[in-house]
Amino acid sequence: MSATLLLEQCLNGMQLGIMLFLMSAGLTLVFGIMNLVNLAHGSFYMAGAYLCAFVYASSQSFLLGVIAGLGGALLIGLIAEFLIFRRIYKGDHLDHVLVTFGLTLIFNDLARLIWGPAALFARVPPFLAGQVNIFGLISYPAYRLAIIVVGLAVAALLYGLLRHTRLGMLIRASASNRTMASALGVNVVVLYALVFALGAGLAGLAGLMAGPIFTVIPGMGDNVLILAFVVIVVGGLGSVEGAFCAALVIGLIDTLGRSFMKPLFGLFLERAAADNSAPAIASMLIYILMAVILFFRPQGLFPPKSR
Amino acid sequence: MDKRILLLAAAGLLAVPAQAADKITLGFMSTLSGPNAIIGTEIRDGMQLAVEQLGGKIGGLPARVIVEDDQQKADVARQLAEKFVQSDKVDAAIGFSFSNLMLAVYKPLVDAKTVTISSNPGPSQLAGKDCSPYFFSTSWQGDNWAEGMGAYLQKKGLQNIYLIAPNYAAGKDVIAGLKRFYKGSIAAEVYTPLTQLDFSAELSQIKSSNASAVFAFYPGGLGVQFVKQYSQAGLKEKFPLYSAYTVDESTLPAIGDDALGLIVATSWAPDLDNAANKKFVSGFEKKYGRVPAPYAVHAYDTIMLLDTAVKAVNGKIEDKPAFLAALRKAQFESPRGAFKFNTNQFPIQTFYQGEVKKGADGKPRIVIQDKALENYGDAYAQTCSMK
Repeated sequence: MSATLLLEQCLNGMQLGIMLFLMSAGLTLVFGIMNLVNLAHGSFYMAGAYLCAFVYASSQSFLLGVIAGLGGALLIGLIAEFLIFRRIYKGDHLDHVLVTFGLTLIFNDLARLIWGPAALFARVPPFLAGQVNIFGLISYPAYRLAIIVVGLAVAALLYGLLRHTRLGMLIRASASNRTMASALGVNVVVLYALVFALGAGLAGLAGLMAGPIFTVIPGMGDNVLILAFVVIVVGGLGSVEGAFCAALVIGLIDTLGRSFMKPLFGLFLERAAADNSAPAIASMLIYILMAVILFFRPQGLFPPKSR
Repeated sequence: MDKRILLLAAAGLLAVPAQAADKITLGFMSTLSGPNAIIGTEIRDGMQLAVEQLGGKIGGLPARVIVEDDQQKADVARQLAEKFVQSDKVDAAIGFSFSNLMLAVYKPLVDAKTVTISSNPGPSQLAGKDCSPYFFSTSWQGDNWAEGMGAYLQKKGLQNIYLIAPNYAAGKDVIAGLKRFYKGSIAAEVYTPLTQLDFSAELSQIKSSNASAVFAFYPGGLGVQFVKQYSQAGLKEKFPLYSAYTVDESTLPAIGDDALGLIVATSWAPDLDNAANKKFVSGFEKKYGRVPAPYAVHAYDTIMLLDTAVKAVNGKIEDKPAFLAALRKAQFESPRGAFKFNTNQFPIQTFYQGEVKKGADGKPRIVIQDKALENYGDAYAQTCSMK
């Protein structure tokens, strides 16, 4: 194992972590503020991926594709909030699960109706197709590097929004104590809609960037959603900072596990045994991590200050 | 009515001698929905083209084809097989896209003495110890293309190859097939989860290895992602990529120029020079507006095989032993060239290595370079009890 390989695998892990963060930021905000378990969050991810891939392919403009993916997911989130989610905030978690799971099925079948059951293969835009040399050490696919840069920029913006703007203050206030915030005159109806659309937009962004790496198919959001739930549970429900740290940790552990578990096992196991057990253990690592963290810190790594 | 007359009448009905049927009914199933529908669709289209070219008749009998989607689910496939046997009373069951589903429907079909012809899956069990006189394959035994690639790599004298495939039965079979002919050293043997679509970690491992080349097996949509990411990571120049069942005419449009220069194993290509192939390719392109993939060839051959066999028995398909013997002779013109069945009723055919090149229309296409394995059957025929 060389230092450059380690560096490269860390970048791979960061890239996965960043995608997970974009996906889980909205999920954790919606849970923290509206106390809503949203299983349909993966549908916004799917919408972003489909709209971007479709518009990019038909217009040949990546910029238009990004606008369609991002804007489309945001708009769908806003409409869904207005028509459906708004009515179920007061219900208990079982109601949320039933409604949002049903929505997931509807969205998946809608995608199948519109774009057909076969996969859509999204393209990487030509200006991001090559590799970039980093510090003269390694060459890394430009597209993956772009994901990391965009994701970090969005994380910084989100931090600025939450910590240093009036809107962010209101969001944080609602996250710590909803009743008090609304008693003090915060317009929670508008705030909820804004937060929901923001979350949907972030998921759409994750989806449109994931399109060229994963295949664009109906139900593509469901697998990512499971990982996103692991992230927000580990990070602390309702905490965006927690989601950021947890996403990076999980991305790194998953990637490093997949790449270094086998040589590690090879040190003290026979080759055949290591070949068989390492991939199995590597795919369980993040769930083991979740179990361990929940055992010692049931509230997650960085729970919001007070609730 | 007198009881004895009734019995006599019944006996008379039973004793009707084999006479020409007035129609032939075929039960077709393949995976036509979901992310892996590419292959099943090719199979259906190849089959329908053949029926159309024969004027809707198979061996002179008006043909009725019942087309069903198995949804890539074993329970659905099993129900369809029972429907074919019990209510549709089909004369042959054809199609099939996945080996696990093939294994699920094999018993109910063959036990009911239904002629079953696979256009894609060729699991080792069915080529070997579980072979049956009612089962034919017009495609390949599952290891075949990998064996062809192994023979090519061995001939080329390559050493220190990096092997990568998904972690499931076919993945292990393909690697085993490669190793049956490739005897050089192996840099690493990596299996990834079947659902994994992002190969960043594995590609970085390859990049830091000292391998001289990479062999990959990633069917369908997996292959599209693997080859694109391989090319984006800039590995294509330093580590030549050899593959089997990964790059073909059905995945090439999605992979695009990232596939250029790759060496692949195949048993057929659109430019193979024979009359049957010209008729098939031009007919397919005219009807569907795209280049056919090998799966479509197998399905086309299935119908052509049935056509010649029904003709050979003069339409008397109820005479099972004669019909099976006629099928076994395989006297039809395949777009692959000479076609012959082995003792286990799997094909004996020639495997080629092909290169992905830019065609005259600017789109990448597979061009055959040379024969890798000539007139080869499979490794399992000797364990089949049929001789």
